[in-house]
Amino acid sequence: MNTLTDAWHWLTDSAHWSGDDGIWHRLAQHLVLTVVCLVISCLIALPVALVLGHLGKGGALAVNISNIGRAVPTFAVLVLLLLTPIGKWGEGPTVVALVLFAVPPLLTNAYVGMREVDRDVVRAARGMGMTGSQMLFRVELPLSLPLLMNGVRIAAVQLVATATIAALAGGGGLGRIITAGFNLANTAQVVAGAVLVAVFALLVEGVFEVAERLAPRWARGVR
Amino acid sequence: MRHALCLVEDATETASGTHWAQNPYPGVYSATPRTGHQNEPTPWPTRCNGPVTAPPDDCLARNEWICGEYLSTRRHILVDAVGQHLQLTAISVLIGLAIALPLAVVARRWGWAAGPVLAVTTILYTIPSLAMFSLLLPVYGLSATLVVAGLVLYSLTLLVRNILAGLRAVPEETRQAARGMGYGPIRLLLTVELPLALPAAMAGLRIATVSAVSLVTVGAIVGFGGLGNLIYAGMNTYFKAQVLTASVLCVVIAIVADLLLLLVQRLITPWTRAVRG
Repeated sequence: MNTLTDAWHWLTDSAHWSGDDGIWHRLAQHLVLTVVCLVISCLIALPVALVLGHLGKGGALAVNISNIGRAVPTFAVLVLLLLTPIGKWGEGPTVVALVLFAVPPLLTNAYVGMREVDRDVVRAARGMGMTGSQMLFRVELPLSLPLLMNGVRIAAVQLVATATIAALAGGGGLGRIITAGFNLANTAQVVAGAVLVAVFALLVEGVFEVAERLAPRWARGVR
Repeated sequence: MRHALCLVEDATETASGTHWAQNPYPGVYSATPRTGHQNEPTPWPTRCNGPVTAPPDDCLARNEWICGEYLSTRRHILVDAVGQHLQLTAISVLIGLAIALPLAVVARRWGWAAGPVLAVTTILYTIPSLAMFSLLLPVYGLSATLVVAGLVLYSLTLLVRNILAGLRAVPEETRQAARGMGYGPIRLLLTVELPLALPAAMAGLRIATVSAVSLVTVGAIVGFGGLGNLIYAGMNTYFKAQVLTASVLCVVIAIVADLLLLLVQRLITPWTRAVRG
C-alpha cells in the first residue's frame, strides 16, 4: 500500500508533468506514435487485404501472418532493428517495429471479413451487373466493416503495447517513465508509469468500444 | 599461430574469471540503454588482448550478425537462457491453465458469471506487458515470480475465452442425450463436455504458449527474461551475434512448442481426424 501512496504522490507532483521527460511530453509522444503508425499500417494492410479478399487469393498467407506475428517477440525485433542502420534514425526502429506488429491483425481481420461476406449477396451483386470495384466498395467493404474495425481495434491495442516496450530499446513514449524508474530503482515511479500506460491502453480500447456502440446498426459487429 | 596463442590466453582469462562468463545477466537496474559499458565487456577484443597480438580477425571481432564462434564459445550461456525461458513459459502456462479451467466451467454453468469473467480478463489483456510487470513490482519485487505472475494473467485471458467457447459449442442435443442416459452434472462435464471442448481449448493453449514464449523476453527488465536477458545485454553492447542468435532461438522455441502442442492435440482428440477423413 505504501508504494501505491508513493506512486500517487509521484503522479500528483506537478514537476513530473512538465519538461522533456515529463508526463505530458511522453503522453504526446505515445499518442503520436500510436496514431501515425496506425494510419501507416492501415494504408499498407487494408488495400492488400481488400484486394486479396475480393479476388479470394492469398488466404493462407493472410490468415497465417497473424500467427507468425505472435511468435516473434516484439522486444527482439526492436533490438534487431536498433542494431541495423535503421537504428540511426532516432524513432526509426520504433516506427518500423510498430507497423510490423500492427499489420498482421489488420490484414487477417480484413481478409476474413471480406471472405465471410455471404457469397449469395456477392453473386446477386454480380448478377445486377456491378463491376468489380463497385462490388468491392458498395457490397463487400460495407458488409465486412465490423470485422475490419475489430482488426483496427486489435491493432491499436497492439500498437500501444509495442510502443511501451520500445522504451526498453531507447524509444520514446510513456514506457520511458517506467524504464527510467527501473534505472533509478524508484518503485513509485515505475508503478506510476505503469498506471499511466495501463490507463492509456484502456482508454484506447474504450474509444473503440464507444465508437462501436455509436455506429449504425449495420456496421456493428456481432461478437 | 596467432590462433593457438589466442586460445591459450583465452583459457587463462576464463580460468581467472575476469571475463564475460562472469555476468551473463545484466538488466537488473542497469544503466540507460545504449550507454552500458560498465560491467559488460565488449564482445570482441578482450578474448585475446595480449601485448603480442592484434585483435583476432574472427566473426566476433568483426561483430557480425551470424557467428559460429559465438555459438561455440557461449554455448553454456545460451543453454542457461533457453532453460530459464522454457521454465518461465511452462510454469506460467500451466498455472494459467489450472486457473482458467475452473473459471470457464463456472462461467459456463452460471450464465451471470460469464460477463464479469470475460470483462476482467479482457481488461487484463489490454494492459501492455511492460506495464503489467511494473504494476506487479511492489507485490513480487525483482523476481522470477513477477514474470510468471504477469504471464499467468495474459494466458488466463486466452485460455478462458477459448475453453468457454469450446464448452458453449457443445451441441444441446449431445448434452440432453447424456442426461437422458442418466449422466449427472459432474459426469456430463468430465466425460462429455470437456472432451468435446478439447479442440477449442487446445487452440487457446497453443496461442497462449506462443504468446508467453514471446512475452518472456520483456521480463529482461527485471533480469528474468530467459533469452530476453541476452537480447537486453546484447543491445547495451551492440553485440549483434548475441541479439540475433537469442531472437532466432525465441522464434524456434515458439514454433517447436506450437508443433508439439498440435501433436498432443491430434493424439488426444483422435475423433476429429476421423471426421475429416
